[in-house]
Amino acid sequence: MKENIENGEGKITRRDFLGLTAFGALMAAVFMSIAGLLKFMKPALLPDISRVFKIGGIQDLPVGSAKIYPEQKVLVRRDAGGIAAMSLICTHLGCVLKQSGNGFSCACHGSLFDRDGLVIKGPAPKGMPWFEVSTHPSGKLMVDAGKEVPPGTKLAV
Amino acid sequence: MINKAKPNAIKRYLDNLKDFPRNFRQSFIRHDKATSDRARSQRILSNLFLHIHSAKVHRFSLKPLFTLGLGICAASAFFILLVTGVLLMVYYKPSVALAYDSVKDIQFVVPSGRFIRNLHRWATYVMLISVFAHMARVFYTAAYKHGRSFNWLVGLVLLAFTLMLSFTGYLLPWDQLAYWATTIGSNIAGSFTELTDAIGITRFLDIGGFMKILLLGSEEIGQDALTRFYWLHVMVLPAGFVVVLGVHFWRIRKDGGMSRPETIREEELKRIPTSELSETVFKNAPPGKTYGLMGLVKGSSAAVGRGPEHTMPSWPTLFTAELAVFVATLAIVCGLAFFFDAPLKEMANPAVPENPAKAPWYFLGLQELVSYSAFMGGVGIPTIVLLGLGLIPYLDREEQEIGRWFDNRTGRRLTFFSFLFAVAVVVGMLVLTVSTGWLREWFGAIPQIVITLVNPGTILVVVFMVWSFFCMKKYQSTRLAAISLFTCFLVAYIILTYFGTYHRGPNWDFYWLKSQWPVH
Repeated sequence: MKENIENGEGKITRRDFLGLTAFGALMAAVFMSIAGLLKFMKPALLPDISRVFKIGGIQDLPVGSAKIYPEQKVLVRRDAGGIAAMSLICTHLGCVLKQSGNGFSCACHGSLFDRDGLVIKGPAPKGMPWFEVSTHPSGKLMVDAGKEVPPGTKLAV
Repeated sequence: MINKAKPNAIKRYLDNLKDFPRNFRQSFIRHDKATSDRARSQRILSNLFLHIHSAKVHRFSLKPLFTLGLGICAASAFFILLVTGVLLMVYYKPSVALAYDSVKDIQFVVPSGRFIRNLHRWATYVMLISVFAHMARVFYTAAYKHGRSFNWLVGLVLLAFTLMLSFTGYLLPWDQLAYWATTIGSNIAGSFTELTDAIGITRFLDIGGFMKILLLGSEEIGQDALTRFYWLHVMVLPAGFVVVLGVHFWRIRKDGGMSRPETIREEELKRIPTSELSETVFKNAPPGKTYGLMGLVKGSSAAVGRGPEHTMPSWPTLFTAELAVFVATLAIVCGLAFFFDAPLKEMANPAVPENPAKAPWYFLGLQELVSYSAFMGGVGIPTIVLLGLGLIPYLDREEQEIGRWFDNRTGRRLTFFSFLFAVAVVVGMLVLTVSTGWLREWFGAIPQIVITLVNPGTILVVVFMVWSFFCMKKYQSTRLAAISLFTCFLVAYIILTYFGTYHRGPNWDFYWLKSQWPVH
C-alpha cells in the first residue's frame, strides 16, 4: 500500500476525486428522488371508510345473535361469554367470506374457517382476525377494525 | 429595381405554381421509382418509419415456417390495441360512479362502439398468444444466441409490460368480473405479507401492505385504484411499451438481423422469393474491378465474387410479407370481434364476490398456483420463472448452429420427451391435489411456512429443475438442459391455464364440465 502511494498508484488525483464526488452526489440525488417519488405515490390519507364504528347498544344484540356489517366486512356476535368482532375478509386474497354451516367459506379459492375463524381447509394462510370491541362513553358499543386482538377475546357484558 | 433585375417574376411564380405538385413530392420523397436496387434501398433509408428495417433481407428470414410471423403478429395486435384504445377513450369515464355506465354506453349506444370494444378485447388475446408463441419460437430456434442475449431480455420486459397492460385494463369496466379479479390481483401484489407473517416480521417490514397501497392508493379498490389503473393503462405502460418496443426492433438490426443458420441448403430456400437484381450485382461488375476492405464482418470467410449471397432488397418483398401478417391479424381480430362479444357483468359490488371469481384466462394458470399458496403462486414462482428466463442466454453459452427449430434430431427428441414428462408430472400433481387435498387436509394444523414452501407449485418447479439437471448431465449440454426446462414450464403453463379455465368452478372446486356447476 505504502509503495503504491509512493509510486503514484492508488493515489487519487484531484480530477478523479471531483469526478467520484460528483458521481456520489448524483447517486444520492437519484436515490432521494426515487424515495420522494415513492412517498408521493403512497397515499397520505386513506380514502377508505373509518375502521372504528359504533354498533349500537347492548340491548340491540341479544345473547346468541350475530350481525354482519357489510360495509366494514365485520361480523359481530354475542354469546354467553360476551361480544366479539371478526373480520369477514379472507386472509388468502381478500374475497368476502360468507357463513356456511357452522363456519365460514370463501368463494374465491375455497378456504374454510370454523366458527372461531380457524382455517380448516384451503389456501388461507391464517385464521380470521378478531377485532377489539369496546364501550363508548355514551354507552354504545364500538368496534375497531384496525386493532387486532387474540382470537377468543370478547367484551364481557 | 428588383423588377429590373428579375424581370420574369410573374412568369416564374406561375411556373412554380405549375410545378408545385412535383416539387412538393420531391421535397419529401428523394428517390426514384423503386425499379433499381439503389432506389429500393433509398426508399427504406430515407423513410423514418421504414428505416428500422435493413435495406436488404436474407432470403432465409422470409421463410414463413421459420418465424411464423409471430413477432409482427404481436406488434400488429398492439397497433390495433393502440387505435381502438384511443377510440374507447373518447367515451370512457374513469370514475367509480360513471365507468360502468360509460362502458355500457359504448357497448349498447355508441355507433359501432360494441365492435371497437370487442376489437380491443380480442386483440389483447391475439397479442398475448402471439407474444408467448413468439418467445417459444425464439427459444426453440436458439435465436437468443450469437449476440442476441440482450434482445431476449428486452423481449422479457415487453412480456411483463404486456401482462401488466392486460391486468390494468381488466378493472376499467368496473363490473363484477373486473372488481373481483382485481381484488385477487392486488392481494397477490400484497401477498408478501403471507411470507412476512409466517416468519413474524410483518410489524417491522410490511412489504406486501406497501405494494398493495402503492397499487390501489387505498386499502380497498375504490376511486383511487380506478384512477391509478387508468393512469397506468392509458399512459404510463403504453408509453413505456412503445419505447421498449423501439429498442427491441432496433436491436434486431444491430444484432445482425434475424437469426439464421450459417450453412443453408438450397432446398431450405425452396419457394422463397428471389431477386434477379441482387444476384447480378457482381456479374455486372466491370472486369478488373478491385476490392477495398470496407469493414470486418463475422463469418469464416468473405464471399468474394459471389455477391451477398441470398440477400435481396427488403422492398417490396419483406414489406409485402409483413403487411400480409398484419392483414391476417386484423382479419382474425375482426372476425372474432364480429361474432363474440366482450362480457360485461353487473356493476361492481364490493359486498358480494363473484363465484367463481376468475382472473382473465391467461392468468388462470397462476390463479391455480395461487390457490395453493398466495405468495408462492403469485410472487415466488413468477419471479423464479422470469429470472430463469432472463438467465437462459447467459447460462447457456454453447456454440451451436442457430436458426433451426429444436436445433437437430436430439433437440427434437428431448423436446418431445420433456413434453411427455411435464404432462405426466403436472397431470399427476393435479390429480393428487384434487383428490386428496394438500398438507392442511392431511395433517390439520401445520405451520403456514411449510405450506408456503412445500406446495404443488413449488414441487413442480423443483421436479422440473431436477429433470433439467438430469438432462444436462446425460447429454453434457446446457442448451439441451435449457430446452428440457423451457418445455416443462411451457407445458405446465398451458395445462394449468386449461385446468383453471375449464375445471375450476364455484369455490374453486373441481368440475369436469361447466354444466355441472351448482345453480345458485
